[in-house]
Order: sequence, then structure tokens, then C-alpha cells
Amino acid sequence: MHNLKPITPLGGATPRVDTIGAMTITEVVDCAMASVAARNDQRDAVKSALAGKISLPEVGLSTMEAPYSAFWMGMDQWMITAPHESHELLAQEVKADVGDTASVVEQTDAWCRFDVAGQDLCDMFERLCNAPVRSMAAGAALRGTLEHLGVFLWRLEDTTMAVIAPRSSAGSLHHALIGAAKSIA
Amino acid sequence: MSQSNRLKGGLIQTDKPLNFTFDGKSFQGFQGDTLASALMANGVRLMGRSFKYHRPRGLLTSGSEEPNALMELRSGGRQEPNTRATVAELYDGLSAQSQNRWPSLERDMMAINDRFSTFLTAGFYYKTFMWPKAFWEKLYEPIIRKAAGLGSLTGEDDPDLYDKGFLHCDLLIIGAGPTGLSAALTAGRAGAQVILADEDFELGGRLLADANAFESRSGSDWISEVLGELNALPNVRIMPRTTVFGSYDHGIYGAVERNADHLATPQADKPRQTLWRIYSKRALVATGAIERPIAFENNDRPGIMLAGAVRAFANRWAATPAHSVVVFGNNGDAHATARDLMAKGVNVPAIIDVRSDAPDCAGTEVLAGAQIVETKGRLGVTSITVRLANGQHREIACGSVAMSGGWNPNLGLTCHQRGRPSWKEDIHAFVPSSDLPVGQSVAGAAAGDLSTHQALMGGATKAVEALNALGVTATMPDLPEAEDRPVAITPFWHVKGAKRAWLDYQNDVTVKDVKLAHQENFTSVEHLKRYTTLGMATDQGKTSNLGALAVMAELTGKPIPETGTTIFRPPYTPVAMGALGGRAVGKDFHPTRLTPSHTWSEEQGAVFVEVGNWLRAQWFPKAGETHWRQSVDREVLQTRNSVGICDVTTLGKIDVQGADAAQFLNNIYANAFAKLPVGKVRYGLMLREDGVAYDDGTAARFADDHYVVTTTTANAVLVYRNMEFARQCLWPDLDVQLISTTEAWAQYAVAGPNSRKLLQKIVDPEFDISNEAFPFMGCAEITVCGGLRARLFRISFSGELAYEIAVPTRYGDALMREMMKAGEEFDVVPYGTEALGVMRIEKGHAAGNELNGTTSALNLGMGRMVSKKKDCIGNVLSERDGMNTEDAYRLVGIKPVDSSATVPAGGHLMSATGPVDAAHDQGYVTSTAYSPILESSIGLGFVKNGAERMGEKLRLVNPLEGQNIMVEIVSAHFVDPDGEKLRA
Amino acid sequence: MIINHPLLGPRDAQEFTYLGDASLLDRPDWQVPDAAQAFHDYLYLRDNPAGDHRELWFHEQGDRSWLVVTRNTLTHEILNVELARDVAKARRAAQ
Repeated sequence: MHNLKPITPLGGATPRVDTIGAMTITEVVDCAMASVAARNDQRDAVKSALAGKISLPEVGLSTMEAPYSAFWMGMDQWMITAPHESHELLAQEVKADVGDTASVVEQTDAWCRFDVAGQDLCDMFERLCNAPVRSMAAGAALRGTLEHLGVFLWRLEDTTMAVIAPRSSAGSLHHALIGAAKSIA
Repeated sequence: MSQSNRLKGGLIQTDKPLNFTFDGKSFQGFQGDTLASALMANGVRLMGRSFKYHRPRGLLTSGSEEPNALMELRSGGRQEPNTRATVAELYDGLSAQSQNRWPSLERDMMAINDRFSTFLTAGFYYKTFMWPKAFWEKLYEPIIRKAAGLGSLTGEDDPDLYDKGFLHCDLLIIGAGPTGLSAALTAGRAGAQVILADEDFELGGRLLADANAFESRSGSDWISEVLGELNALPNVRIMPRTTVFGSYDHGIYGAVERNADHLATPQADKPRQTLWRIYSKRALVATGAIERPIAFENNDRPGIMLAGAVRAFANRWAATPAHSVVVFGNNGDAHATARDLMAKGVNVPAIIDVRSDAPDCAGTEVLAGAQIVETKGRLGVTSITVRLANGQHREIACGSVAMSGGWNPNLGLTCHQRGRPSWKEDIHAFVPSSDLPVGQSVAGAAAGDLSTHQALMGGATKAVEALNALGVTATMPDLPEAEDRPVAITPFWHVKGAKRAWLDYQNDVTVKDVKLAHQENFTSVEHLKRYTTLGMATDQGKTSNLGALAVMAELTGKPIPETGTTIFRPPYTPVAMGALGGRAVGKDFHPTRLTPSHTWSEEQGAVFVEVGNWLRAQWFPKAGETHWRQSVDREVLQTRNSVGICDVTTLGKIDVQGADAAQFLNNIYANAFAKLPVGKVRYGLMLREDGVAYDDGTAARFADDHYVVTTTTANAVLVYRNMEFARQCLWPDLDVQLISTTEAWAQYAVAGPNSRKLLQKIVDPEFDISNEAFPFMGCAEITVCGGLRARLFRISFSGELAYEIAVPTRYGDALMREMMKAGEEFDVVPYGTEALGVMRIEKGHAAGNELNGTTSALNLGMGRMVSKKKDCIGNVLSERDGMNTEDAYRLVGIKPVDSSATVPAGGHLMSATGPVDAAHDQGYVTSTAYSPILESSIGLGFVKNGAERMGEKLRLVNPLEGQNIMVEIVSAHFVDPDGEKLRA
Repeated sequence: MIINHPLLGPRDAQEFTYLGDASLLDRPDWQVPDAAQAFHDYLYLRDNPAGDHRELWFHEQGDRSWLVVTRNTLTHEILNVELARDVAKARRAAQ
């Protein structure tokens, strides 16, 4: 086992949790991610190769089959997630499943993730992004901008949204989330 | 001071007194007052000075169209100029100051301008300050700016927060008067997602201002019933204090919600205002109408107001401008003001009605066919002179004139997509025509339907139509019996013979100015506007445009619709810059990207530099170092002598996979990649299709179908975009997939003769990184520190034996610390972007300064790299004759002849003895540095036919700073020209 | 503006990066005898219609697909939106 201690996207030793009014913002680090892009004309092949693990969702949606989840990223491209603790080598694992039917890339640390939960979720997010948050059902996932950052918004539950943004900007994203939460608190 | 002009009733809460000051004087008003109504209730008529002539001015209107009563509110960083007193909600402790006067509002020295009004007519500035030209900037403009101005700012930072947000709806209803409320009721009951926005803090529009809108119930009673129902509907969002200021493409509207303008200061962490971007499927403009003044001699004295405004102050705010108010009008609605005032106990000496057939009005004398020809009163009207129908004059004492020239539909939002209003003869006003923005409809007074009954019916009908178009069934609600007076109007714009009769109060444009514009042939409406400044500034001519147009129409003998109308642009009313900026101010102007070693670098006291959004360590000062050069020289020397480490995570990394990945790289790079062996890295140059080089980097091949491409930090986004363009649009049949991995990996350059020794302590022992096993330009997936997956590249930007090592980002901080520990025995040094820059210049590597958007591969000395054997972006056009002349620029090194001289960046090269001018330009310097190894200033640059001119001495000049030194043209590779160190 | 993305539905034009005339899809063959002239025309000669215009937009802050958007440059009405890759493939197939 290596001796390197990881830090969180916000630079801490442990993930940060903030509660402001009805909202809780949690830095999520236990999330391994791997992108899967179907090779030309291999969409169905990828789907069946991964059928035992996770079913790949249609446009704008996600699937959750513990311990795996997947959300749609783009044309013939998905992000698969699993707990980092148990699946740090998720990309290798997925690549072994899909073989030459897909290109798989480790994306775990390309992103930071904050799970935002609370009753005022929609009030908060309409101050942050143009996504139609009030009509976004649980399971919906889309890519858009939030305070000048390209992000994935993944509606985990009615009152929980995962925000997945470029890791280097975690501090700016966190600042924006806190600001919006205070605004509506 | 007592509230001498306060009436009974109104919608103010007299049990909630509020104290405020105006120009330092203390007053009291009530909850529900605006600053304007509270001042009026206190008998204040004089509220400002006009823009140009500094004429005393008071309220003209009761709403957001107000041109006169502009004030500075608050102080310090919160001071806000040009606030219309009519829309400033009163709060306890409010402090307001008048503006554009000196030393005081009552005695304004600049009022002398009024004496010179003969000279200060339209076009005055254009004619007077023509020459000498040099005087404009230094003399005329500062004086004019000081004299003619509006309010001022303190220059302090605004301490408040402003939010931005996004809303989605089926139907956006703009305006919550009778039209908007009836539409909201209709749409709300149908279950549609509705937003009802109104600029006022009290919803109801004219229902709040008119006493007898309904046959058998009060307006406020119906309003609260409707709002009660709407509030209970989860699908209806009611937004008071929200101005929809712009209509944009495809149903997008801009709106500002004033969350805390009605408080002394916003609550902690809460926004003062919110800028909303509203995505609507349909929108209904229910913005009502704006009354227009009549131009008569000296019609701008404080107390002379629009009749509907006087009525609104009396009914809603229980305030009157004076206890004796004369009404002057050309239409039936003016009589309603007289009736309402009398009902409130205000004396109305007469109604002066220009219509010869004007009906009688119980309780006052109607002077049919009469006109006001003069007014008196220095700081407020005290009497008027009326010319009766029979030609006789009569003087009437009064403290106020309530005038009405008719009502103009408030159609600004219908014009924001170039909609052109059309003329409606029966109300003598422009109404929206059919060329409305997509998804927009108009109802009620805004559509020219001026009665309350028409408003209620129009709102509901248009809501039903809008929802039906969306496939939502809606039905008309029961609506109360309402006033349905016909518009009895005789067009009347100005009193003949009047000279100083104001059309545009805000810009001091009189009838005389329009005549002058006509005389000088500025007759087109657009010329009229610009020549006279009609309709400009904060009110954008809401009360003035049509009047001036009518005067011009009369002068040209054309009907008004043929004379034209100016159309409106966003914003409908002024929007604070703070609201437009939102949270993106100061250091939050853009997101900040931090490198994996950021915390560690901070601990080392690094000085950071912004590179795009990234913060990168620029250098790491040590105790005792007082100048950045000391730190940078040390970092360079220590790296070249032993080993240094630099965070290079910011370079773009794009993962390229697929069966055709090799072919794809061949297409996007000028040089060939298909034959690059697995486990090897190659430098790559990217061209634009026009043959100009735009980015460079490396591509490492990890498998037959897997490359990792790097880009420069600055171009990471652009290269990724262009690669997607190539993939999707140019070569759509290739099997290739792309994704950015820039942030997934923490990547460090480890450079210097001891770099291998250092890394051997980090890389797990099963991986042989000796020169034989892992030669220059090798790459491999390895593990470090006891099993962590990592990537190792043997590439060098510094020219030293060097590597780049990458680990998953979360371990980047720990790896930096481990490497620094492992490097202690070699005296390892962290280096920043400055040392990085020095070393690449010493090595002659091109960077952004050289890839500057004008240089080709040939210029960069890489002409031979451009493959002629394959299809790649830019190769065809890079062969153009013009880019391949004999004297084409070549990248060279530049060294001062006198080694103590400094090579100036940006300097141009001239022959040693020839003239120094553009025609004899031999080239220019792109990058310079002090080389601690060479102990000399050095530079890189482009020289015509430079490759053939090694050893030649040229003059390097920088005329801007008077620099002129002799330099020698040398190889760009100052350090290790044969690459022996790299391969060691 | 709102661009009705063929996969994602209506999205704000702010999420997109604009490139220009969709004729950029028709990159000439580099091996034809007059390739330089063909590339010159491809790169520099554009129509600038006041009216319907086929143009390339990149959904950079979305699914990263390039789109061919047919837009009226006078009214901003968007008449059609296609995935550029589909358009490019169809053109190749037709050649």
C-alpha cells in the first residue's frame, strides 16, 4: 500500500460539510468515476457488456444499481460512478468489461462533487444555474453552467442534487453554493 | 414639519410612521409611502433641478416614468444617484439628497444657465465647442460634465450582494394591474406555471390610483381577493418590486427584483437585488399606459403634474401637491382627477378643457375651449393665466396644475425585438402592432384598451389564448363590473405661441428646440432625437417622445404615424450595474483554479500569478531575497545544477482513444503521429487551417488505440473544442473518442541532472527508469510510493534531463511533499513559472509569445516538420507562396553585444547602420529573460531570413522607451544546442 | 436565444460557442490539383445572408456536440437544428 495521503478538492484532510438554513452542502470524495464512450457503432455492444454491472441510461438520465451509478454525458458517452473506497480502480474494472467496444478513461479526480440537500433545493439552484430545476425529476442529469463553471447537475432525489464540477475550481464552486444557500436561508 | 398636504384615507399605514431626511431636513411619512408621496404630504414641491437650465423642478409623475424628481439615496458605498423619488419606497431612516445643484436646491448658482437659454438651445454643444479641437478634452468637456449632470457616486465599493437567477414559466405576466391580475387568475386556475411580475411594491396598478374603477366594490378589495387566491396556488409565483426590463430572443426576459431597496441595509448575506433571466413559453405585456403632458408656457414649474399622477397621490397615498389644484386637459379622464380630488376635499378652482364641447363637472367650473398660456411662481407654481374660448385672459391662483394630454400605451417591451408600433386614431396614440417578440401578446391599456373593463377582459382573453397555444385549457374567470368610459379625446399637444414649453423635462427640450431642429433640417425622428437629446437619459422619453413627434409632425405637415416613432430598447428603466454584475465581482469575477500543489506552495510562501483562471506559483522567495530576480536566478541555477520541481498540472490533457486514434492525430497535428511507437512521446505542432501555428504540446502513446495529448495552459479549451470539431465535423467516420483529463492528474516536471536519481526514490523499484530502459521521449504507466498508479513521461521543456510525473490529483499534494523530501539530499528546489520561462528561453523553446497568431511552422524553424504526405489541418495553405518567401521570419536567439545591456521585449530589429523606421524593420523580439547560466540578458525573436544571419549584428530599438542597443543574432538554443543533457 | 438541441431539447444559446457558416463542414480534398485554391475558398469565402443561414454551434457547456443550426439572421428564428456529425456523415455518404 502506498503512503500518500489524499486531500479533498477543497484541500482538506477530510470532506467539508456546511449546513445553512435548511440546506446541507457536503463535499463528496468517496466517488470513483470513469467515462465510457462507445466506439463507433458499438453502443449496443457496450450496453450489453456492462449489463451485469449497470444499465447505461438514455439522454439526460441516470441509473443507479448499487454500488454503481451511471449518468449520460453526451452522445454515446456515460459516466460510471462507484464508491472510491471500494472501487478506486473503477476505470480498469470497467475497461475489463467493455474491451474494445468502448474507450474508458479514469475521471475520478477530474471532478469535485458536492451533494446539496434540503427542502429549499429549487430556490437555491435557481440562483445558480439555468437548469429547469423545478421540473427536473429525481434521476435526471444534465450538463450546464453554474457560476461560469461547466458542471454536471445530477438530481439524486427530490431534495438532493449532486453538483459535479472541475476539481481545480472546487473552492469557487463551494463559495457559490454557500452564497446561494445563505441568500435563501 | 407637519404633513400639511396629507389627505384622509389612502393605502398608507398611518399607524406606522417613518422618519426620513431630504437635504438634511427631517420629515415623517408612513409605511406605504414612496419618498415622493411622503415629500408631497409634507408640502415639498421642489425636488430637483433640470439637466441643462437648472430650472426648479418637482414631481411630474407618480411612477417609474418620472423625469424630474431624481435624487441621491443613502451614502457612502451605498449611495445611489438618479433614484426616482416616485419609486423609492420609504423606510425608516432614509436619507435623500437633491442633485445637480450648488450650493442648495433653493439657491442653485447654475440656474444662471436659464438666463442664457437663448444660447443653450438644441445643438448648442455641437456648434459652440467645435474649435480649437484640443480644448475639447481638457477644457470644454470637464466643465460641461460638471455643470450638466445628474447625481454622483462616492467611488466607494458597493458593500451589498447582488444575485442572479433563472426562472422558467409557461406564462410570464408583466404588470399586475387589472389586466395582469385578471390574466394571472385565468392562467393560475388553469394550472399553468405563471410568473406575475410588477415593478411596484403594491400590486394593483391603476386600481390603486383610481377611486371608481369598479361599479360596486373598491379596487383594493378586489385586489386582495385575487391575490389571496393566487398566493394559494403553488403554480403561481408573484413577484412584486420586480421590473421586467427587457425582452430578448425566444421568450427570454430580463428582470430585476429589488429585494432590499426598501430597507436601510439588506439583511446579512442577503442580496439587495436579484437579476432574473426568465425563460417563458408565452408572455403577456400588461404594462398599462403612461400619461402625456401638454406643452404650454413655463409648464415645468414644481406643482405642474400629470393628472393621473395627482389622482394616484390623492387616492393611494392620501397626498396632494397643493390644496388648490387646477386641472388642464383634452380628454375625459382629466375630469376623473378633478372629481377624485374634490371627493378628497381638495379645492379644484377650474377644469381647463381645450375641447370646445367639454362636458360639465359637478363642483367646479369647466372652462371649455380654454388653454393655459402662462404660469407664475419661482420655486413652484402660484398662478396660471388662462386664455378663454372667447380670447380673454383670466389668472387663477393655484398650487398645482394637473394636466392630461391623453394616455400612451406603455409598449416599450413590445419594441425590444424591433417591433414597430402602429397609430390608433381613436385614442391618438401608438399601440403595439402585430410584429411582437415571439410568444408575446399585449392586453389592456398597453394594447390601447384604456378602460378598466377592457383591461380585465383583455387580460383574461389573452391568457386563455396563450395557454391554448400551449395546449392548456383555460376558461374566462368571473370578472367584476368595471368602469368602461369611452376615451373622449381631442388631440392637443402644445399651446400655440408658447416658446419655453417643455416637451422633455429630463433633457430640457422645449417646443422651440423642436422648431429649431426642423429649421435646421433634422426632421427625421432619429435626427430629432439626437439633435435635441429628446428621449435620452434615465426616463428614455416615456412622457416626452410623442409630444415632440407631434410638434414635428405639425411642422412638416405630415400626420404623426408618417413622421414615425422612435422604438425602445432595453432596459425599460435603469438597471444598477451591481445587479448586472451579480456575484461576479472582485476576486469572484471568474472562478479560480488551484493546482494540486497550491496548499504546499502557499506554505512555502510562493508568489502566485494568474494564468487564465489558474493560480500558479510564479517563484518561491527564500528568506533574505529582496528581488524576484534573486529567487528566479536561484531556482534556475539549482535546477540546472541539480534538480528542480514545477507543477505543470495546468497544461491541457486530452485523452484520445479509438481504433482510428492514430489517424486522427495525423489529421490534427502538422507532423506525423501514426508511426509513433507505444511507450513514446512526440512533440506536436498544431496549425490553423490557414497554416498559422496555434498550439503545441506532446502526444504520448500508451497503447495502439490510446494517446494522451497535451496542450498549452492557455489553449486547453480551444484545442479541445477544435479536436471535437475535427472529430465530429471533418472526419466523422473515424473511430475516435475524446475526453479532457486535465484535472484528473496532478503533474509535475522534475528537471535537472539529478532528476532521475530523485525519481528513482519515488518510482517503485520494479520500474526501471534508467536511461537505457526509459530513454528520452519515453512514457509509461508505473506505480509510485508503494503502489499508487502514476504516469511517467521523459520530456523536457527546460532542456535538462527531465521527466513529468503524474498521479491522481488527490495525491498530488502528498507526492509533492514526498518528492521534496526525497530530493533533500540533492538540494532540490521548487521552481515557478518565471524560472520555467527563463529555462525555456535559454533552450529556445517556442511558447505563446512565439505562437502569437502570426507565425507559421516555417517561422518557428519547424517547416520541415509539416508533413506533405498526409492530410492535416493547415498543411495545404501553409504552402502558400506568401508564407514561404526567402526573407520569411525565422526564430532566432538574440544576445546583447554588451553583456550588461538588457534586451527589451517587444523591441524591433534594424540593420546596424540603416534608418530606423518601419520600412527597414528586420524583425522583432518576442521573449526576453536574464539567463543566470549565461550571465546575460537574452531574447528570442523573429528575424527576416534569420537562419542565414547567425552572428550578424543588428540594432534593437524600442522607440517608446528610447532604447537602442546592439545585439547579435545567435542560435535560439542558448543552452545544450545538441541536446546532450536531454538524453543523458 | 434558445437552441432546440436535437437530443436535449431547448437550451440557452449562452451554453454554446458559435463558429460560423456550416460550409466549414465541406473541407476540400487536399490532394486535388487546385487544392490551394479550394482551401482558400473554403476558408475565406463566406456568404453573409440576411435571412436563413446554416451555421455551426458547439454545445461546449453541455453535451459537447457540434450542431448545424439553421437560423434567420434577421429575426433570429431558428428553423432547424441537426447534429453536425450526422450532417457531415450524410454529406460524405452522398459524395
